[in-house]
Parts: sequence; structure tokens; C-alpha cells
Amino acid sequence: MSRKIGRIVAASLATLAVAATAGCTSAGSGDSGGGTIELWTHAGGNEAELGVITSMVDDFNASQDDYTVEITDFPQDAYNDAVVAAATSDNLPCIVDIDGPNVANWAWAGYIQPLGLPEETYDGQLAGTLGVVDDEVYAYGFFDVALAMFSRESTLADAGVRVPTVDEPWTGEEFADALAKIDGLNRFDYAVDFGTGGGGEWIPYAYSPLLQSFGGDLIDRSDFQTADGVLNGPEALAWAEWFRGLVDSGYMAQASGEDATADFVNGTSGILYTGNWADTTVREAFDDAVVLPPPDFGDGPKIGAGSWQWGLTTGCDDVDGARAYLEFAHDTKYFVQYGEATGLIPATLDAAAEIPAYAEGGDNRIYLELADQFAVVRPETAAYPYISSVFQKATQDILSGGDAKSILDKAVSDIDRDIQQNGGYEF
Amino acid sequence: MTTHTVAPAQAEPAHPTSTSTRGRRRALKGERSAAAWMISPALVLFALFLLIPIALAFGLAFTDTRLISPRPGQFVGLENFAYLFSDPVFWASVRNTFLFAVVVVPVQAGSALLLALLVNAKVRGTTFFRTVYFLPVVTSMVVVSLLWRFMYQKDGLINQALSGLTGGLYSPIDWLNDPVWALPAIMFMSIWQGVAFHMVIWLAGLQTIPAERYEASEIDGANRLQQFRFVTWPGLRQTATLILVTITIASFSLFTQIAVMTQGGPLDSTTTVVYQAVRTGYQQLQTGLASAISLVFFVLVLIVSGIQRYLTRERS
Repeated sequence: MSRKIGRIVAASLATLAVAATAGCTSAGSGDSGGGTIELWTHAGGNEAELGVITSMVDDFNASQDDYTVEITDFPQDAYNDAVVAAATSDNLPCIVDIDGPNVANWAWAGYIQPLGLPEETYDGQLAGTLGVVDDEVYAYGFFDVALAMFSRESTLADAGVRVPTVDEPWTGEEFADALAKIDGLNRFDYAVDFGTGGGGEWIPYAYSPLLQSFGGDLIDRSDFQTADGVLNGPEALAWAEWFRGLVDSGYMAQASGEDATADFVNGTSGILYTGNWADTTVREAFDDAVVLPPPDFGDGPKIGAGSWQWGLTTGCDDVDGARAYLEFAHDTKYFVQYGEATGLIPATLDAAAEIPAYAEGGDNRIYLELADQFAVVRPETAAYPYISSVFQKATQDILSGGDAKSILDKAVSDIDRDIQQNGGYEF
Repeated sequence: MTTHTVAPAQAEPAHPTSTSTRGRRRALKGERSAAAWMISPALVLFALFLLIPIALAFGLAFTDTRLISPRPGQFVGLENFAYLFSDPVFWASVRNTFLFAVVVVPVQAGSALLLALLVNAKVRGTTFFRTVYFLPVVTSMVVVSLLWRFMYQKDGLINQALSGLTGGLYSPIDWLNDPVWALPAIMFMSIWQGVAFHMVIWLAGLQTIPAERYEASEIDGANRLQQFRFVTWPGLRQTATLILVTITIASFSLFTQIAVMTQGGPLDSTTTVVYQAVRTGYQQLQTGLASAISLVFFVLVLIVSGIQRYLTRERS
């Protein structure tokens, strides 16, 4: 019996050894030679974005002889997992792109290091497009997106409400009044569509600015140690009551359709709350489409910020080369290329001036103004992925009609427990 | 390894009896090592992807290990379990998981048997019906869940059909967003998706029952009901055990439908133990706590399987 087992174990170990050797050989072939700098991006499959990255890298490689940057692109859904796996096995490339809210977590985990570029590099850059943690810039981005509301001039005129502007947004009462009047038109299934059918990161991205406009927040940003008093304070409760109230009064669906923009274009809702990526669809559908700033619920209108940004990894062998590339790429020319290819908001004012839609008086100028004046980045703490998950569940529970006080208290105690368990996420 | 080197010495007896036995022994030995080589890839994979992860999960459950963190995991004793047992979401998960199993196991097994009896009848077109019933099984659960998510919408197919049938008397239910209806809606859909698989197993069991028994019982004057009671059912005993165990395990590991359709909501009415483990481990990065949930799940399944094993044991 034992002899038989011994034989099986020996054969198994031999098979394992052969398999492992084969695996290592194939992994080893990806090793970079001298002067080669690896760069990973999430833009796989996104031709517009990948095209800009490729042209930047080609320009850099042609501009000097010391370094060669090599691009590896991943589909967005698999990208974060690939980076986490590579970090675990100490195989990260030199340059990675990072979704804004993950910057602090990856910095804390030691995946990325401060960029170390001269301060003046970032002059005229939208604050939301910089990944700043602990007063150090860990990443910069080429573009941002903005939240806004869409409606039609005819809808607002028929309802008899004024068109709000960036300088004079609706107040909370005006917004409530507008919804009541639009509802009174009996023209739409719902007066407003906040995209409540969406899930995942959409929830903190879209709804935490509303909470902030009420005066609450996801976490106390003075030291990022507790959410007590901000996520369950009276302001946060007012936000929860208002949000659920929209469902109760029938102005908003508890869970809207799969594609809120399509529903709006098809006349299901009177006002659409979404990001500027819906701009083209809406303007194509309606001649009298208007872009509105989000309402001011007391603390001013707020919108989310922080999209994909570029960072420098800790394990990089050739920091000088990677830095040279990142400095080379931070050029108005490429910000303009990015903005033209993606249609999103260019991250610097200089670049915006060169893109007609975003220049003074352009159709999309309002998004730049929103991003410039109202943007609040998601909390720059390593606790963010956890906070995001807790807030997603809390918001969904509130929209489902749960008791706001106990839901938010539980969210706060979970967040505080997580922060405390991780030693305050201190650097 | 030592046993391996000892082996040839033992294989050669001091006084060889005859050349034919020696040849046979050598052939036997060759066969044995060939068998060991053939079994090795499966064993390696089994150990690498099942045994080692299970052992790791047991260990990690007592630490505060994180998926992404510069701090190494520390031993925290039973802290994860203490938190878990005081967490209302965990109890909701356990309750939903059991509720799902308690409803789905008998209903799915029963409907599958009913379908099997129907398609086992000697009438035209049974192959057609078998194929139609089996279609949902070969469709991916993710796809099925997405389709049913659309069908369950407030203005979706199911509500339209119901209000059409009742002539407008019925007021539409927002199935997946109603804490009362969300879990029953998912139960119904899961049974619809899985029932044909167990129908096929029942069918296989039905066809092992010799026709003579039916003929004999007919001669004895048994009616259809008595035939089922005294011929069919006793003949399906082994099949019933298999079906009971497989549906129970499948319904305990309820995850895909939840992840695609409700994400545990509304108000924790559809959260399950496996869903909570995945959410805790990957979304919230708490590897240690997620391991603790898995360990509790393991124990729960072990207990339930043990009880089932006891209830369905052979009585001699």
C-alpha cells in the first residue's frame, strides 16, 4: 500500500516539476532587456484611447535612443486583476495606468511610488485628474469625465421652470419644485432618472457627490480615520431621506432601466442624471437638449472626479527612463489628442483651449466648468475600495426603503472597523 | 521516495521459482508505474487547486490577511468568527441559503420526477419534449439570469403576461426590487433552469426498472397509483438519494443568480453565504474574513450532508 502511494506521489511530483519548469520558462521570456520600459494599460479593445497611447509611445521611442517603451494592453474588466496578480508575484511593469479611486490603495500597498516630476509640470491641470496621496503626486491623467443633468428646453418651458446655469444652479427647493411640475405634465413615466439601475462603482461615483452637496461625506477627510458623524450625521440622513423620497413620491424609479440614456432619449424620463459620455446621444436625439449643473443642496453643487491616470511602480528597475517617458508624455499636444479621440474633458486648460468643443463658448465647455468648479475626488485613502463597497450596499438598501439611520450607522461601524483593523491605513 | 528505492529489491525474490512468474511480476510492476504516471496529472491539479486552497482557507480564517496590503496577515484567533456571528448580514445570508434549499430541493426534485414520468410515457414526440425541457440546462446560468432579469422588470414580460391573463386586475410587482418577492423569483427561475438535468437522472432511473414488474403488478390488478407506489418508487431509491444530494449541494452554493440579478438586495433579502464570501474576499479585499465565511459554509454543508447520509442510509 505504502509503496503504491510512494510511486504515485513520486510521479505527481515529477509531473509538477515539469509543469512548473514549463511555466517559468514562458513567464521568463517576458523579461525586459536593457533600456526597455514596460507599460500596461486598461485600454485594450478601446481603439481611440489605445491609438493615442501608441502614438505617444512611438513619438517617445523615436525622440531618443536610450529607452524603448513597450505597450501591453488588457481589456478593462481584467486589468485590475492582472495588476494585483502581477504585484503579488513581483512582476509589475514600470508604468501602469490606474483608475483614480484606486491610486491611494495601490500607493499604500506599495505598488506605485510618487512620480517625482517637477511641480510646475502640473500647472493648469484639473485637480481631479491628479492622484495625490499624502501630499505627493502618484499619478496624473489626461482626461476626466463630469456628471451633469440633461433635459429639453421644451420640457422645462412647458413645466414653467427656469433653466439653471453653472453660476446659478437650482437649489434643493427649486429642484423639488421642478420635479413636481415636470411630473404634473403627465408626459413621462418618471420626472427624473438618476440611473438607479446601475451598480458597482457608479453608485459612489454618482451619488456620493449628492451626499456631499447635502453636507455629508463618505469619510471625515481631516485624517481619514472615521466615517462617524459624516456618513451618519444629520446631513447624511437628510440626503438619504431626500433620495428615498424621490422613489416614494413616484418621481424616480427605485431601479431604473438597463440604459438610462436610451430611456431618456425614448421619452421615459424628463431629466437624466448621468455623465458627459451621454452628450452625443442626447444631442443627436433632441435639437433642444440642455445640459444642467447638478442641484445645490446646501453645500454647493458637487460632481465626482478622477478617471484613468498614469503611475510609476515601486519595483521599476529603470526609474529614470520611466520618468523621462512620463515627463515627455505630459505635453499639451497629447492632452489634445486624448480629448479629440475620446471626446472626454481634457485635463489641462491649455489643451481645452485648443479643442473647439471645450474652448470658450464651445458646446462642451460646460463640462470643463463643472469639472473645474464642482469636482470632488473620491476620498484619497487606501480604505476607499472598502468604503465604496459599503456605500454601494447602503445606498441600495436606502433606495429599497430600509431604515436610513440604522443602515448608515452600520456602514459607519463597518468602515471604522476596517480602518482600525488596518492600522489606520497609515503610510 | 524510500519505498520507491526499496521496491526493486523486494520484487526480486531470493529463489526465483520460474521465468514465467518473474515475467508476470515485471509486467505487473510496469503496469503499476504506468498507472501512477497516468493518475499523477489529475492528482497534481487536485492538490494544487483544491486541497492546498482548502488548507490555506482553514489557516487564513484565523488571520486578518488582506488581498492588497503592505501589512502581513496576523493571527487574530476567533475574531473573524466573533464578528461574523454578530453581523446581521451574515445571519440573513444563512437564513436565505437555508430557505432557498428548503424550497428548491423538494420542488425541483418533485417537478423533475413529474417531467420524467411524462416524457417516459410511450407516446409520439417524447424526444422533442426531452430536448425542449433540457434546453435551459445547456444555457449558461449567467445568460439565463440576465434574460430573467429583463423578464422580471416591472414592465417586463412576466408582469405583462400576468396582467394580460387577469384582464388588468393584477397590479405589476417589481419582482427583483421587492424584499418579499425577490427570493421566490430567483427560486422559481433556478428551478426552471435546473429541473431538466434532474429529469434526465430520474429518467435513467426509471428505465432501469424491469418491465416485468409492471406486467406482474398489472396482473395483480394494481392501478396506476399503486404501481407508482409499490413498483416505481422502490425502484428509484438509489436515484432519489443521488438527486437529493446533488440538488442540496447545488442550492447551498447559490451564487451566480444573486451576483447577476440582485447583488444580495433588496435589504439583504437575497444575500447568500457564498455570495457574501465572494463579496467580502474580492470586493472588500478581506481575505481572512472571507476564509472564515468559507469555513463556516464548509461546516454547514458537512452537517447537512451528514444528516442526509444518515437519513438515506441502507437499512439492512
